Amino acid sequence: MLKELFTKTKKKKYATIPSESAKQDVPEGIMTKCPNCKKIMYTKELNKNFKVCIQCGYHHQMDSAERIESFLDAGSFRELDREMVSGNPLGFPEYVDKLEKDRQKTGINEAVVTGLGTVNGFDVSIAIMDATFRMGSMGSVVGEKITRAIEKADELSIPFIIFTASGGARMQEGVLSLMQMAKTSVALKRFSDNGGLIISIMTHPTTGGVSASFASLGDYNLAEPGALIGFAGRRIIEQTIREELPEDFQTSEFLLKHGQLDAVISRTELKDKIAGILEIHQPGGVFQWQEN
Amino acid sequence: MAGELEFEKPVLELRKKISELKEFTKNTDVDLSSEIDKLEARLEKLEAEIYENMKPWDRVQIARHPNRPTTLEYISLLFTDFFECHGDRAFGDDEAIVGGIAKFHGYPVTVIGHQRGKDTKENIRRNFGMPHPEGYRKALRLMKQAEKFRRPIICFIDTKGAYPGKAAEERGQSEAIARNLFEMAGLKVPVICVVIGEGGSGGALALGVGNYIHMLENSTYSVISPEGAAAILWKDSTLAKKAAETMKITAPDLKGLGIIDEIIPEVKGGAHRDVAQQAKYMDKVLKDSMSELLVLDEETLISQRYEKYKRIGEYSFPNEFIGVK
Repeated sequence: MLKELFTKTKKKKYATIPSESAKQDVPEGIMTKCPNCKKIMYTKELNKNFKVCIQCGYHHQMDSAERIESFLDAGSFRELDREMVSGNPLGFPEYVDKLEKDRQKTGINEAVVTGLGTVNGFDVSIAIMDATFRMGSMGSVVGEKITRAIEKADELSIPFIIFTASGGARMQEGVLSLMQMAKTSVALKRFSDNGGLIISIMTHPTTGGVSASFASLGDYNLAEPGALIGFAGRRIIEQTIREELPEDFQTSEFLLKHGQLDAVISRTELKDKIAGILEIHQPGGVFQWQEN
Repeated sequence: MAGELEFEKPVLELRKKISELKEFTKNTDVDLSSEIDKLEARLEKLEAEIYENMKPWDRVQIARHPNRPTTLEYISLLFTDFFECHGDRAFGDDEAIVGGIAKFHGYPVTVIGHQRGKDTKENIRRNFGMPHPEGYRKALRLMKQAEKFRRPIICFIDTKGAYPGKAAEERGQSEAIARNLFEMAGLKVPVICVVIGEGGSGGALALGVGNYIHMLENSTYSVISPEGAAAILWKDSTLAKKAAETMKITAPDLKGLGIIDEIIPEVKGGAHRDVAQQAKYMDKVLKDSMSELLVLDEETLISQRYEKYKRIGEYSFPNEFIGVK
């Protein structure tokens, strides 16, 4: 169409490729450069600030181990189902090797770590997705481990907290991955009907089948600043509707604006804020009404 | 013949030849009956060969056939007194999903399904059967209504997927789908789901948490379209045929994986060849499912659904189980 001809010329974008020398400006490990504001800072200093850029507040990616350390009380974490590993239900070529490679790379068995721990003294069952393992994609093991963590919360009558970080369903497990959306949601429903508290904290990125199941099913749906959260991929949407999407499309802030989130919370305040929610939900008549 | 598919061409050509010969014998004195008998025997063999050894990609073609019967067609053939209900009471009415109340063999039910169009005009109205959040929220509203009046729910699944659009994201496509999965899990009435065409990803699953999941023989159910899978896995969407085989998306595949309950047989060559007959096949399976589920109490229905999904997945503990230390 004629219209397309014109838009094409407008759409030209220029990408800047950092030169080899620029890349080497930052020595491996000691210093970290913020991909957002380009500030170069000590890695130690960054880590001390929960991996939040001290200048611009950009939230650097956290793996599951870092999350446990920063969010749970020191030494409180007890891992569940650590040894559970995936099969290859579709007999997918190279899948087994890819899993093994990621196990070696990350030191974890799958894209979610689950367990029990405390947050400022409050007991919780927790699931932490890890985007460094197969992009946090959800296959049978991710679905099963999360389901068991929910069941554990139900059994112990403690809150369930989930940190999501996932590209969506795991292609290599096909429709079995899709069904994990149903499995986890069905488990959450039972837990919820039994009065269980569900807190979902979406981190970068939370998309596809994960965003369309447990990530969106919290009694409180929260997100870290600047996280990509959405159902369909940006590129697919742009191809479908043939228009450019706003810069902040599918960010935490965008979702908050459109009524999809309760709050966007900086990682530096996250633990205390969540502890505040947990405190309000203390079971068993902790609170006594007193007229002043 | 309109809408013929590549893989079945030999059958259709032979059929045409036979009818030509028959026509010819009628108009002349030449006796070709032995010839015709021979050809008919060959046709039978060929049909068996082709229709009983359908490759996944052949089934994908049938599932996507423009004449494939839609939800509303099945509703008109299987139910009486259908009264369609519109709107999600919050934003609008999404015509990519239809739903309402009806009677199935005289018994009140709620029936809901994806609805695609059969021509361009209708497809635009129905957004090609790809729902927005308000579609899923309408479906949920009707399910809760069914629960209130203790009506069983029958869902027909037939979508390429939830619509990937800007407005859909703004209105919470993810939340709408997730909410349906969550709420369907707890419905106190029987839920029977039937995949009648394409079962595309989360957009299909959002009507698919039931006590029974059935699939028509030539329908598909997948986490992503074969084209999408090929693009992601091999960076080449033309490998869709290969992806259709690898991804295990056909009814026999899903039965093998333990996900679905029954494969509903199809008319030879696909449901579109004889919709009335197809509805009869479907009727039988739905009747059986109703009889089995209507005797169960609320608690059993919910726990049956729980166990059904809890089972799905493949994993193991190769090393010794550690668990909580």
